[in-house]
Amino acid sequence: MKEKIISIVEAHGSDASRLMDILLNVQSTFGHVSAEAVSLLATMLRISEVDVVQTLSFYHFFSTTAVGKYAVYMNNSVVSCMMGMKDVVDEFEKQTGVKFGNTTADGKIGLYYTACIGMNDQEPAALINGIVFNELNRQKVRDIVAGMKVGIPVQDMIAHYGDGNNANPLMKSMVHNNIRKTGAVVLSDYTLGIGIAKALTSDAKSVIKEMKESNLRGRGGAGFPTGMKWDFCSRESGVHYIICNADEGEPGTFKDRVLLTERAYMLFEGMTIGGFAIGAAEGILYLRHEYTYMKAYLENVLKDMRIKNFLGNNILGRGYNFDIRIQMGAGAYVCGEESALIESAEGKRGEPRNRPPFPVQKGYKGKPTVVNNVETFCSATRIIEKGAAWYNTLGTSESAGTKLLSISGDCKFPGVYEIEWGMSINAMLEMVGAENVQAVQVAGPSGICLPPNQFHRKIALEDLPTGGSMIVIGQQRDILKDVVLNFMEFFADESCGSCVTCRSFNMILRNAIEKVVAGHAIKKDVENMQAWSEILRKTTRCGLGQTSSNPISTTIKNFPELYDARVKDVDYQSDFDMEKSVKASCEVVGRSSEVHELAKVNIN
Amino acid sequence: MSETIKFTIDGKECQGTKGQLLVDAAADNGVYIPVLCHMRDLIPAGSCRMCTVKVNGRNMAACTTPAEEGMAVENNTPEFLDIRKAIVEMLFVEGNHFCPACEKSGNCDLQALGYKYQMMVPRFPYAFERREIDATTPKIFLERNRCIFCKRCVRVIKDEEGRSIFAFKGRGTTLEINIDKKLAATMTDEMAQQAMDICPVGCILKKEIGFVTPIGQRKYDTMPIGSDIENNHQ
Repeated sequence: MKEKIISIVEAHGSDASRLMDILLNVQSTFGHVSAEAVSLLATMLRISEVDVVQTLSFYHFFSTTAVGKYAVYMNNSVVSCMMGMKDVVDEFEKQTGVKFGNTTADGKIGLYYTACIGMNDQEPAALINGIVFNELNRQKVRDIVAGMKVGIPVQDMIAHYGDGNNANPLMKSMVHNNIRKTGAVVLSDYTLGIGIAKALTSDAKSVIKEMKESNLRGRGGAGFPTGMKWDFCSRESGVHYIICNADEGEPGTFKDRVLLTERAYMLFEGMTIGGFAIGAAEGILYLRHEYTYMKAYLENVLKDMRIKNFLGNNILGRGYNFDIRIQMGAGAYVCGEESALIESAEGKRGEPRNRPPFPVQKGYKGKPTVVNNVETFCSATRIIEKGAAWYNTLGTSESAGTKLLSISGDCKFPGVYEIEWGMSINAMLEMVGAENVQAVQVAGPSGICLPPNQFHRKIALEDLPTGGSMIVIGQQRDILKDVVLNFMEFFADESCGSCVTCRSFNMILRNAIEKVVAGHAIKKDVENMQAWSEILRKTTRCGLGQTSSNPISTTIKNFPELYDARVKDVDYQSDFDMEKSVKASCEVVGRSSEVHELAKVNIN
Repeated sequence: MSETIKFTIDGKECQGTKGQLLVDAAADNGVYIPVLCHMRDLIPAGSCRMCTVKVNGRNMAACTTPAEEGMAVENNTPEFLDIRKAIVEMLFVEGNHFCPACEKSGNCDLQALGYKYQMMVPRFPYAFERREIDATTPKIFLERNRCIFCKRCVRVIKDEEGRSIFAFKGRGTTLEINIDKKLAATMTDEMAQQAMDICPVGCILKKEIGFVTPIGQRKYDTMPIGSDIENNHQ
């Protein structure tokens, strides 16, 4: 083990800022990162063991104990549950004989839950040793587990390839693109090199001017003007960095997955243009761990671009040097926040930084850094190719261009749609074949749960801003139980924990909605939830805490009747839950913890 | 030369130097903004959120916001008094704090803020979290039940090579303060004392000697927290 770890560390220049890659390497080599490995890493990197543990313990896909020869990570986000995750989980447990959260006695198969893996249009889906198994059902699970039992390698269990580049020999993935609608900007025909050639024959200032005039705003969800970001960064002195945020983690979004698969060249071209504009020689693609299956393909795209001289030294003979490396994530939603992403890329726990200074002033390794979303860079390539004036003919007056939507949930045609900003929710629902809609979750858990009487509203930064996640919720769903509780569990798990209010309130609010769902809440509880959501919003450092109470606050506002139906209008009601309290002890003796109606009456 | 700037806190005219952190600039003008994680001259953590104020209409942490010319800061408004009280209550329900039995009672910033905001019963349900105590290092007793994750020890206590002796472990509700067994074994008495002194609560305790100053004669037993700042400038 020692020799192998030494070679891993040395391959990364014995550089502590590459701790993420080092740990990923150790994890994939040994199936876990042992205490011995931690000790060795600390010594070799000249940092303390607690600093290794700090990073190791932060990310979902690192483990200090063996995860199993086959590690199944089942997506338990809202849409996976809607599409039948329960059956799939039941079948996995039945076939393997262990419950989720455990490994089989022979150490062969481990079953775990994980948050949204970016496959909402083909749920239920799971990652097994990094490979995506989509559209799972009981039969598929039986086949998979049978294969595991006889030791078939996971890659040999791939039944068929998906469309487009999913079938590329370096990708070999079952994932479908599900591109349902192409628009003029990112999903229309693309030829490598037009944008970059234009940029390099002009100058950095003109590129930034064009970007500012395009009115492109960040496509990750926050909507910050891209040209302005590039401009601020370019004014700083010294070394600059450009980073692409491909940590697409907002539950319900998967459009970057499709862009990375089908528009990788366009993305890297956009990063190169951005790098030229701000004066960067190095770019980083921060790719979420769930998309590891694309890594070999993306590395090959970079290689091809180097061969064609779109990357590397003296690009297109214009004297500009620029290259890109891929930084893998390891499973943490909060790393989608740009400063947390930078911390993570530096090998640390993904904790959002305080501002000021902003990343454009002090970012990666303390140097001025631009962080943009995948779709933003792809849009930039097209804008430089076709011009700001053309771009402004698309969309609305305040939201120029097009937007990729990731639409999933209760609709006939889940997938990726490139629309012009300004489309109404009603029109969107018609487009995706959705009927009897109870609500639309706009912009993911951190967005709004929108009721039908607001479906006339427009998808646009000035009305309903979104990074692209749209979850259609049918009449048959129990919004508080199936959606709100699931979202709050997600946020409580994903808070970095550094802010008091984000760490505690998300736990308190999750418990509060659980109480409502269980029927133990009174009216005062709902009022408290509103007041506490407000304190959380006002006092946390980053966007996670500022928006994580939205599942609760927007449903209290838009669906008050759902709460009224579940809470009692009394001064006091015990929230003691007999079933929950005896569950663990009942499991030990192998008895059901179900409390009979008669007993319930007696307790009350 | 540092540039002098003027700003107001709750209408009071204040002066400071440009770029100085708002919380420090306020203290220099006799205005107390409560903090748990902040220490002057240390890189701000911005984690306890106690110092949240409104600056020109926006909520900001005073420990991470540089003072600027013309800022209009709202500090002791009913809104923020309630938010601060809520944060103190939250810290009391999140951890397991039993003041009467704590070596830091009377010297504890969290307890002192509880008194300042007249906390009676927390409005939030207790979490009753199970937290492990670590007494395995020679000099330090780590009482995790009382940790409020201020990161002071993480930021200050380093070994000769600058390596961290304390660090976070986990995230969200699984977050805990971790102590490096190997490096902690090399800590001097002075370092251990410093670690205990900077801990705003009773999480980091120096082993062997305790209760030297009797309860009743301690820092906050005679003067409320923040009164030193406020009294200096009357």
